[in-house]
Amino acid sequence: MTDLNAFREETKDWLETNCPPEMRKPGDVCWGGRNPNFSHPDQEIWLEKMGEKGWTCPTWPKDYGGGGLSHEENKILQEEMFAMGARPALASFGIWMLGPALLEFASEEQKLEHIPNIVKGKIWWCQGYSEPGSGSDLASLSTKAIEDGDNYKISGQKIWTSNANYADMIFCLVRTGPQDPKHEGISFLLIDMDQPGVEVKPIKLISGKSPFCETFFTDAIAPKSNLIGDINKGWTIAKRLLQHERSMISGMGLATGGSSGSSRRTSGLAELGKKYIGTNEEGLLDDSLLRTKIAKHDLNSRAFGLTLQRMGEEAKSGGPSATASMGKYYGTEQNKLRYEIMLEAMGTKALGWEGDPFSPEELAITREWLRSKANSIEGGTTEINLNVISKRVLNLPD
Amino acid sequence: MALILNEEQQLLKDTAKEFVSNNAPINHFREIRDSNNELGYSKDIWKKMVDLGWAGILIPEEYGGSNFGMIGLGSVLEETGRCLVPSPLFSTALLGVSLIELGGNKDQKEELLNKIAEGSLTTSFALEEGPHHSVNSIQTKAEKSKDGFIINGNKTFVLDGHSCDLIILAARTSGNTKDKSGISLFLIDPKIKGVNVKRTHMVDSRNSSDVYFKDVEISSSDLLGELDGGLPIVEQVVERGQIGLSSEMLGSTIEAFDRTLNYLKERKQFGVLIGSFQSLQHRAATMFAEIELVKSSVMGALNAVDENSNDISRFASLAKFKSGETFKLVSSEAVQMHGGVGVTDEYDIGFFLKRSRVAEQIFGSSDYHIDRYAVLSEY
Repeated sequence: MTDLNAFREETKDWLETNCPPEMRKPGDVCWGGRNPNFSHPDQEIWLEKMGEKGWTCPTWPKDYGGGGLSHEENKILQEEMFAMGARPALASFGIWMLGPALLEFASEEQKLEHIPNIVKGKIWWCQGYSEPGSGSDLASLSTKAIEDGDNYKISGQKIWTSNANYADMIFCLVRTGPQDPKHEGISFLLIDMDQPGVEVKPIKLISGKSPFCETFFTDAIAPKSNLIGDINKGWTIAKRLLQHERSMISGMGLATGGSSGSSRRTSGLAELGKKYIGTNEEGLLDDSLLRTKIAKHDLNSRAFGLTLQRMGEEAKSGGPSATASMGKYYGTEQNKLRYEIMLEAMGTKALGWEGDPFSPEELAITREWLRSKANSIEGGTTEINLNVISKRVLNLPD
Repeated sequence: MALILNEEQQLLKDTAKEFVSNNAPINHFREIRDSNNELGYSKDIWKKMVDLGWAGILIPEEYGGSNFGMIGLGSVLEETGRCLVPSPLFSTALLGVSLIELGGNKDQKEELLNKIAEGSLTTSFALEEGPHHSVNSIQTKAEKSKDGFIINGNKTFVLDGHSCDLIILAARTSGNTKDKSGISLFLIDPKIKGVNVKRTHMVDSRNSSDVYFKDVEISSSDLLGELDGGLPIVEQVVERGQIGLSSEMLGSTIEAFDRTLNYLKERKQFGVLIGSFQSLQHRAATMFAEIELVKSSVMGALNAVDENSNDISRFASLAKFKSGETFKLVSSEAVQMHGGVGVTDEYDIGFFLKRSRVAEQIFGSSDYHIDRYAVLSEY
């Protein structure tokens, strides 16, 4: 205990000294990369300090540049950052998805090559999983990688590659054993995006934005040293990485909730309802049906927040498990419901597309509502996650 | 706040699990139901529970208990809930103990808590007066007399009322129906003149009764806690009750779900196991998720009591809402997925359906708690 208390004091001091003022306010988080875009000079300072300390990836081993913290220490770090209002120094698929998979499956050389760059935000990673013909049936993917001397030559198309138009590298599922059964001919390959054989086209979504791209490979090259794990054994890595992805996405259910540790009393939906509908003489939201929906949503968000916390405690050593599917399913459905309730609360004010009669916050909610529809599709649909729970957790028969 | 059991708590839970499966599996409940047992539970089983120390889990050590806290009692209730074990555990070890511990003076605690811990006293809590839970519509009156009080009024849904040794009554001693002040608690021997206890047979075959008070004379020493100041104690005890009952409901829900999963893995139709059908798989997976949420809500709420959190009230509503809603869902789906045998008395699965609806009404339905949560959250 005393060790942890000392750690808390040291952490407080360090954050106090190193977190620049601008980073103690809410705002965007930078994604790093070879040509990073910092919206404020303090972002660069903050990333550099946190990257050096390894605290962008607090629990990763020090040998690879991570923070080497225990789960208890990391909890303290997160609490102290929260208390200070410090935003994360780096957002990255390298942190959330690729890094954990590399730590588990990559060779020592590969870890030393890639993990420190993830910690310091030197490379912007994107994910090459889905293909036009391979969505929920991911293992049917057909992007090929053929041996060519010391390299692989890659041809095919990926889709829904998040931020591929900014990314430096892609972690990609490729077919290396075209004759093998579909799960057994897949490999996990890292490919540089900055080469003539890679072409990226953003996809315009119903929200009007383009966070996803199509990525085309025409005889693109990747050195053999970029193959993670054994050839044709990529599906194991793919599934593991999906668990990390699902755990990450399930966190969004929390944004609404207020976990046990949260001091926020509500999700903000009630405040929204009061603002757009008003209150009755008792000071309660003046729409009893909407009020019921909001309360039920708040209750479920809180129960969900506690569940993520409990699962975290249970899995302290093991990392995410099949229960990640439960979190992904529930968190994304909650998040979609939250936006539907916002629409009900705000009426036509949440349905503007652009222009003056709407405030920027109102317009943002319209777009976010549309964006939320992808939550229960990306990273494994709700239906696929329910399949995983049925098969892997409940052991129901095929 | 830790949301998993520590070693000691886990040990207690394992003991409870073993005890229930050895001594009171679900057939025990069926036997009690079918034997027209007057008490509504087995004295022998209750004695064994007392010997294990369960009656005294919430009782401070100085009064003969183990002071093991709500997480301890909740863990036991979850296990008894799995097999729907009928016993005075809830009405006595949780409600009775809490009322006496929070309201009683030194002498009352000394006498009554020691008796409960050693198994020579069971209690019931006479609170409700209508078909829906309410803490602020008490009309039963206790009027000051020369050396005590005279009580008139009717109580309903009194759990273990007909089998208990002592009724703890919430009555109005001053003010009007909705007033915060003016509620007092009394210790009443059910055998004295003017008290008429009538067992009510509920659909879940568990103990409940109506209690009628007609010019019942009691002494001023039978007052528990301060005159007119009983409501805060009632509210606290009801919240503990909501949380403890949620543990029991969680246990019953898990059992109903496990039984259903087993059935999906053994029943064949169209030449295949029905558990291979996606329409059933997805419903099962959805229930799994809901049950996980119940577990966390209950654990959070038990913790809140033991840590004396300032948010116990909302935690109580969270636990009771989530356990009520999910028990209802799972017990209904359990019957549906069992098909024809699900609606036979021979199969045990129907017990869970019946229990879920009664348990939901104890200390407030899910809808009640949705509304309460919103009020407590100021919207």
